[in-house]
Amino acid sequence: MPSTARLPLILLLLAGTLGVGASAPWWLGAYWLGIFTIAYYFGVFAMSWDLLFGYAGEVNFGPTFLIGVGAYSAGLLDNAGVPMAACIVLGGIAAIVGGLILAIPALRLRGPYFGLVTLVAVLLLLDFIVIFAAQTGGEIGMMVPDVLSISTSVNYWYAFCFLVVSAAILFGLSRSALGLILQATGQDRIEAQALGFNVTKHKLAAFAISALFSGLAGAMLTFYEGTASVDQMVDLSIAVQIIIAVVFGGRRTILGGALGAMFLVLFNELLRPLGQLNTFVVSAIALVVILFLPDGVLGWLLRPRTGV
Amino acid sequence: MLALQILVDGFAISALYGLGAVGFTLIFGVSGVLNLAHGGIMVVAALVGWWVAAYHGFGPYGGAAAGVGAGIAAAFVTYFVVVRPIQRSRAIPKEEEEIFILTATLLWGIMLQVGLDYVFSDNPVTMQPLLPGVVQIAGVRTPTNEVLIAAVSWGIIGLLSLFVNRTRIGKQLLAASINPRALTLLGFELSQIYLVVWAIYGLLAGVAGVLLATFLGASADNSGALTASAFTIVILGGLGSVPGSLIAAYVVGYAETVTAYLIAPTLRPIPALVILIIVLYVRPQGILGRR
Repeated sequence: MPSTARLPLILLLLAGTLGVGASAPWWLGAYWLGIFTIAYYFGVFAMSWDLLFGYAGEVNFGPTFLIGVGAYSAGLLDNAGVPMAACIVLGGIAAIVGGLILAIPALRLRGPYFGLVTLVAVLLLLDFIVIFAAQTGGEIGMMVPDVLSISTSVNYWYAFCFLVVSAAILFGLSRSALGLILQATGQDRIEAQALGFNVTKHKLAAFAISALFSGLAGAMLTFYEGTASVDQMVDLSIAVQIIIAVVFGGRRTILGGALGAMFLVLFNELLRPLGQLNTFVVSAIALVVILFLPDGVLGWLLRPRTGV
Repeated sequence: MLALQILVDGFAISALYGLGAVGFTLIFGVSGVLNLAHGGIMVVAALVGWWVAAYHGFGPYGGAAAGVGAGIAAAFVTYFVVVRPIQRSRAIPKEEEEIFILTATLLWGIMLQVGLDYVFSDNPVTMQPLLPGVVQIAGVRTPTNEVLIAAVSWGIIGLLSLFVNRTRIGKQLLAASINPRALTLLGFELSQIYLVVWAIYGLLAGVAGVLLATFLGASADNSGALTASAFTIVILGGLGSVPGSLIAAYVVGYAETVTAYLIAPTLRPIPALVILIIVLYVRPQGILGRR
């Protein structure tokens, strides 16, 4: 918890970050704007995952199930002639529905079992997308008739606003009563129950919120790219990258996830000359962080300095 | 005729699945580690075996030995570089250890996959069969190699069962899987038991990888799917239960073979996943799991 003495500093830092981020289209090239746009959506994926993992203590190995349901529902609806804005909202709702169908039975399971169900959900979704290739485009991806905007700057601002709003809501939630109860549940489920909290209800709420933001981000990314694609939204490697982003940035911080996501996307970009090996290097760095800084970069920066 | 063919064909692949999954479940039973780099380790064994056999003139048997050795080495690296530092870290709370091991082994598995992809390219390779030729089993023409695979798999599983139930160190393994704390209090060194378990695990994964390379072929890209299938089998059978894993291996092996023969080969992975989801909802501890 930041003390009051550090508050002005934090506000200054926040205003500075927002200013730098919002003004980027005036001083950054189109290529890098495109990369940051993707990084921002990725940041939302990571933050919604952290709400479930860091706070509720549930490892969802299938964040891409929620993202994929959002992206593909939005894409299918758009192809059926529904206006784009409605598609994005419905994509978010579809992700909640899909998430709840998955979560209501799965949350009865403990420990690794929950993670497994979510992992299997992704594998099934992947199989279904490939089997119904006539409607979904299969492995190639599904084209959608609408795009958010054809201007790089406008697309960038959409993504930036989406990231900032999502970050504010998710961060606020994590500091609210819900966040505290979730954290208590994650640490000691029985005691939280004994204190009279309805653990399952709160976990379901966390899952639904995580699903909503994942689904919205998936749908927006679809309309940014003009395609819903397995490689970019559903594949297990994306799920792994989201997990890496959160653990690297610092779990249980929400904002750490966004930082980690940006690190990953930018780092992948910088390491592009290495070709295939860049995934190797990024994974190795993430592994080193997990082994030596288990609280992540942000967790390490924010750790209490007193004592020890 | 078709039924017989499915029966014979499914037997070998199921035995191979069983062998791969037994090591995986053993590690979980004894040390509580779910190793998501499992597929990567199998592929290391497969590719090293193929490489030594094909490019260094050691023949299929020399290659197989090298592959199994590589599997054991990869298992030890996994233990010493990834798993043990997390188990010993004081910065990681005990209740979150499981998550850290899952994430770290997942990362390590990706590193293995990408590294192998870089060194060997992602073209699937097939090792020369250890026994060439075909035999007739109940009127079905079966490659001799498939018979060898089933025999080797069951032989190793039998030896493992003897080892666990009859030898002193085997009994320690069994005790560690039941109550590690009591074993420590009785004066046994858990870390030595872990070393033995990881060595056995490496051996099993190595043999499974090499046999896979002589049967279906292997490539770096397979490692994710191999981990997923071992995972499916182990959950289906019950985490930590070796007999459960063997039953589950046959359920999955035959479900896949039947689907591939009767419906479409492309749907091969689906039934296992559907069975898994049903089992998780109805009986989450799996067929023979304990809670």
